[in-house]
Amino acid sequence: MSPAEDNAVRTSARNGWLLSLPALILLAFAASGPLLIVIWYSFLTANDTGNVIHEWSVEGWKGIFLTYDIFEERYALADAHLTIFWRSVWLSLTTTALTFAIGFPTAWFIATRPPQQRAMWLFLITIPFWTNLLIRTFAINEVIRNEGLLNTLLIWVGAIDTPLQINYTETAVLIGMTYVYLPLMVLPLYATIERFDMRLLEASYDLYASRWATLRRVILPIVKPGIIAGSILVFVPSLGAYVTPRILGGGKNMMIGNFIELQFLQGKNWPLGAALSVALLIIVMGALLVYVRVANRDRSQGHG
Amino acid sequence: MAERGFQISRLPGVATVAIGAFVILYLPIVTLVIFSFNASNSVATWGGFSLHWYGDAWANDDVKAATMRSLIIGVSAAFLSTILATLAALGTTRRRAFKGQTFIYVVINQPLMVPEIVTAVALMIFFGIVKVATGYQGLGYLIAAHTAFCLPFAYLPIRARLESMDLSLETAAADLYATPWQTFRRVTLPLLAPGIMAGAMLAFVISLDDVVITEFVKSGGQDTLPTYMLGQLRRSFTPEVNAISTMLLGVTVVMLTAFFLLTRKKD
Repeated sequence: MSPAEDNAVRTSARNGWLLSLPALILLAFAASGPLLIVIWYSFLTANDTGNVIHEWSVEGWKGIFLTYDIFEERYALADAHLTIFWRSVWLSLTTTALTFAIGFPTAWFIATRPPQQRAMWLFLITIPFWTNLLIRTFAINEVIRNEGLLNTLLIWVGAIDTPLQINYTETAVLIGMTYVYLPLMVLPLYATIERFDMRLLEASYDLYASRWATLRRVILPIVKPGIIAGSILVFVPSLGAYVTPRILGGGKNMMIGNFIELQFLQGKNWPLGAALSVALLIIVMGALLVYVRVANRDRSQGHG
Repeated sequence: MAERGFQISRLPGVATVAIGAFVILYLPIVTLVIFSFNASNSVATWGGFSLHWYGDAWANDDVKAATMRSLIIGVSAAFLSTILATLAALGTTRRRAFKGQTFIYVVINQPLMVPEIVTAVALMIFFGIVKVATGYQGLGYLIAAHTAFCLPFAYLPIRARLESMDLSLETAAADLYATPWQTFRRVTLPLLAPGIMAGAMLAFVISLDDVVITEFVKSGGQDTLPTYMLGQLRRSFTPEVNAISTMLLGVTVVMLTAFFLLTRKKD
């Protein structure tokens, strides 16, 4: 490389940084930087009236799994906390599975429409995708609550006498999350299915594969990147969900997000809330890393 | 081949589930919109067509103030994040890969990866400290927070537009002795304009929809429309909330339609 070229490359890199700098500075103050403060706060002492006392402590982290029994003066497993974690993980995994069960046929359907129709079907998926999560949660609430559409309909046809109590149960949270996160599963699935070469199906049938074998051995392996992307896109926000469990689950069916809010706005145990936030962040980052590794492996192996 | 390929791609039950999925996606939203025009007080029984919930919402000073706040924050955040995103997109595309480019990319997209509740808590703590230190309690914190999480939404369409842009026009301008600034002002920017508009619109929609971060960052009396609605839902369900939802929904649909027209590939 000649000195002049070398210089040009360096100038180009410098300009790249300079142009990105304003965005980076804002993000450092209003997004990334404050995350470091949360880590720091998770190691401080709780102040009973809110906020923290600036003394080093690991009580916040211990509090995730343990509670201190003041009568027996020893630590015991915090069953209530474990129930919340278990519920969050279980509901998020089930939501992911349900959105896949509904989302895969939907994405397949859109991808197999004639090209000129596809944009319209995609637009129909995108509108709910961009619509306020609060409004959609509120909308599904209109359907499943006691005086809602579903119960009114069921009573009217005579299937039931008293309304089904769906709201304020785990089922309501599950229905709500499946409803609000469905588009997040359909879009990446569609993106991979659209590139799927339908001639592979002919080849598979010609070789006497059953429909089931074709689905399992031909279609699913090829659309795997889309399945993983969709699953991550649904699982990650489900795990940190706050609005949907709050409205549909009520106070009894808290998820991690609501539990974190409780520590900051009502429970007044900021270090515990901070530790929970960091733990949630670590789990989410772990899931994203797995995704990046699987995606890179698939890309390096190549397919099709 | 197309004919046969189409036939063979038909898996049993797929169309049924897919149509079902579309019905499930839209039925609740349509119900919500219909009941916003309900004359009756109840959210359950239909009492004829009426606009009086819209009138109520309009006459409600809290709703008016929250709408104004949502608009101020949304417009400011969309404007600022689009400027920052445009600069960053110009900095990270169409040049030889440089050291730290991936880092910049990850930082800009970070708001998409971190759970909202975690960012909300982090900003509540940090801005809390700043509020005590400076005494300033205004909307600036909400605007800064919204600008930050809107950035990736503004950045991605602008970047996509830049990457698909033809370099030859800019080369031609430079060949005709245009200065770099003239080339940027007269060639690059007009070509980039649809991407910038699209980015600004997505940023505005994202800002208008935010609940969680706003709920944690806002000071007393700084409700936006979504946090006002969340507060209402805690007390009772009235069709007034349906009316506000329907209006927000309308804004979203209009913005999205514009976004699609702007980013549509010309075939």
